[in-house]
Amino acid sequence: MELVTAPTAAPHTPHPLDGTVMTGAEAFCHALDAQGVQIVFGYPGGAIIKIYDEMARIQPRWQHILCRHEQGGTHMAEGYAKATGGVGTVLVTSGPGATNAVTGIADAYMDSIPLVVFSGQVSSHLIGNDAFQETDMMGITRSITKHSFQVRRFEDLVPTIRAAYHLAETGRPGPVVVDLPKDMIASSGVFEWPEAIVPRGYESTPDPDPVFVQMAAQMLNASERPVLYVGGGTIMANAGAQLTAFAQRNRLPVTTTLHGLGAFPEDDPLALHMLGMHGTWYANQAIQNADLIVAVGARFDDRVTGKLEAWAPLAQIVHIDIDAACIGKNVVADCPVRGDVKAVLEVLSPLVKRKERDAWHAQIAAWKAEAPLDFARDGVLRPQGVIEMLREATGGHAVLVSDVGQHQMWAAQYFRYVEPRSHITSGGLGTMGFSVPAAIGAAFALREQGRDDLPVLSVSGDGGFVMNAQEMAVARKFNLNVLFVVVNNSYLGMVRQWQELFHEERYSHTDLTDLNPDYVKLAEAYGIPGVRTTTVDEAEAAIRDALATPGPKLVECVVPTEEMVFPMVPAGAATGDMILTRDRFDG
Amino acid sequence: MTNAAPLPASRAAASPSDDERRVLAVRLENHAGALNRVANLFSQRGFNLDSVTVSPTEDPTVSRMTLTTSGSPRQMEQAIAQVKNLVDVLAVDDLTSAEHVERELCLVRVHYTPETRSELVDLIGFYKGIVVDVRPETLVIELSGPVAKINQFVAHVARFGVTDVARSGRVAMRREIVYGD
Repeated sequence: MELVTAPTAAPHTPHPLDGTVMTGAEAFCHALDAQGVQIVFGYPGGAIIKIYDEMARIQPRWQHILCRHEQGGTHMAEGYAKATGGVGTVLVTSGPGATNAVTGIADAYMDSIPLVVFSGQVSSHLIGNDAFQETDMMGITRSITKHSFQVRRFEDLVPTIRAAYHLAETGRPGPVVVDLPKDMIASSGVFEWPEAIVPRGYESTPDPDPVFVQMAAQMLNASERPVLYVGGGTIMANAGAQLTAFAQRNRLPVTTTLHGLGAFPEDDPLALHMLGMHGTWYANQAIQNADLIVAVGARFDDRVTGKLEAWAPLAQIVHIDIDAACIGKNVVADCPVRGDVKAVLEVLSPLVKRKERDAWHAQIAAWKAEAPLDFARDGVLRPQGVIEMLREATGGHAVLVSDVGQHQMWAAQYFRYVEPRSHITSGGLGTMGFSVPAAIGAAFALREQGRDDLPVLSVSGDGGFVMNAQEMAVARKFNLNVLFVVVNNSYLGMVRQWQELFHEERYSHTDLTDLNPDYVKLAEAYGIPGVRTTTVDEAEAAIRDALATPGPKLVECVVPTEEMVFPMVPAGAATGDMILTRDRFDG
Repeated sequence: MTNAAPLPASRAAASPSDDERRVLAVRLENHAGALNRVANLFSQRGFNLDSVTVSPTEDPTVSRMTLTTSGSPRQMEQAIAQVKNLVDVLAVDDLTSAEHVERELCLVRVHYTPETRSELVDLIGFYKGIVVDVRPETLVIELSGPVAKINQFVAHVARFGVTDVARSGRVAMRREIVYGD
């Protein structure tokens, strides 16, 4: 692997320790400091014991957070990265430490989250011998990383660390694994902090092609029924403000993906809210009737499009994305614009003329009035109501970190996000057990940014909560302002919903009644105060009280088992064919 | 709604259409991991990998791979884009529509008898093959050339009794040297 100077490299400044002889473990600690790493989520073990020893001896500036399980640590790093826009760092030992991190790495790959995961490895001479705690981490993670390195020689260690961070955070972000054999960590050499470097085969993001930018502007100017379809790439590019100004100035309706939530303020009249399988009916209607769709940092995921052949049948498509391989992967783009979303919007914006398109906006308003998002407001404590309470209690000024399942969709539908990075979830991989640790990671990020007053709302179902509930210990140890909300319907609700709708009500292994713990006692076991609520009044009071004082809290909301997420495009169906309510499905 | 744009022929990028074959010359980092990443990409994303050859180049840090893949035109565009995305890949050159040379090397062990030997030797001469090993009942024949010629030869000698065939896979090169885009 040949490393070359990164094209974006700042002028190189020498490091005070340049020329000093030290071990790999020491060099690791100093290199992370030089890289500007603030926090590392990790778990010690035999292969990396020397790094932990140096941590105690050198006392680097970066903080180490001891997670309770490596999967938890990896999700913490994801939550941290999503909340800051920076790179999350993970340190795990070889074998089981490394494999426990795999789910988080896969999750970060699917959602393009910048992570650097350092995994210990057995000594070089034992690699391939089925040694104690040996796992082929390079092989296991090959298809779930942006890139991976195994560092065999001391002199490659610091340059590889430098390159790993550059790869993780530039272009389309993603996880990078750096495998560290134990003998390399123990070996000695001369520390040299290199200038910013990358593998020579790494392609930096090109400037947007002016021909396609011009074409996109012409298509927008000609369009009578445009829709902006905004994805997570907009938030990753820190282009939420540009996107919002662009849409408002040109009066363009905006629908967002699950990861796009927060890129455009959802209380703006131009907001169509989320589209797709559990998106709003009016967003999907707009897509189905649009004559132009401008995809902004979105990837035409199957949960967005449903049956592709029937999706947006009248529309031409402009696809703005940083990843050349993403354009044309699922959907043919009539106008491909490769580039960073912010850079593209900067050059596209001056070319677009405002058009009123009154007929189109009137049509959208009519659709919004015809089938708004709603649920039974009958005094029963319902999961959608819990999300609205959280919104009301915080005014939307919070970071909501959802888990995976029904509550995730309700959190996407009913919170009404107004700021980028206020919504964090596992979208691509759909990893249950994500919320508790990711919320903790987000809380560390807010603390680092001095925004500690902003509450972090970890919303989970009763199933997913226990998958990483042990990480509550970390929230307690650091007295993080995380409110753990368990939306408890005593079922694996999303699977149950599919069983009810599509599998003739055979509730195969989704009933958790005899499996769920006492959530309040579980929280208390970790030193976190908890409250169980079963009515609207109890839940409102508990949420208000929990947010009134600092530190972690748990509120369990017992909700009806039968509640289902609507509207819904059944899997494989056309986006136009939405189930709006249970009644309409039955009838 | 009025003013509808014409319906796109097909919205889906992966819509079935006539398969085509692509021959790619890929320059990549010369270490085992790099080859794995390319091969893994094809299996992971469900692209066909019809033939792969790889060897170091004039620069010992760089390997060159000749890769033959087939699928719909859109799959092929996607496969090329994904290969280019690999950090270990330095350049991808799609030779398919360029003027290029393709060759393959083949070793074939063929059974013979005193009665069939002269006919077999004539055939080898006709194909410009070389006999590289002679045993009392078998010959090993070396043959190189375009893939179609190798196919034809292997089919041709089948009736003598072929006991082993080793083929190198396709190697290809542009008639002018241009790498990358």
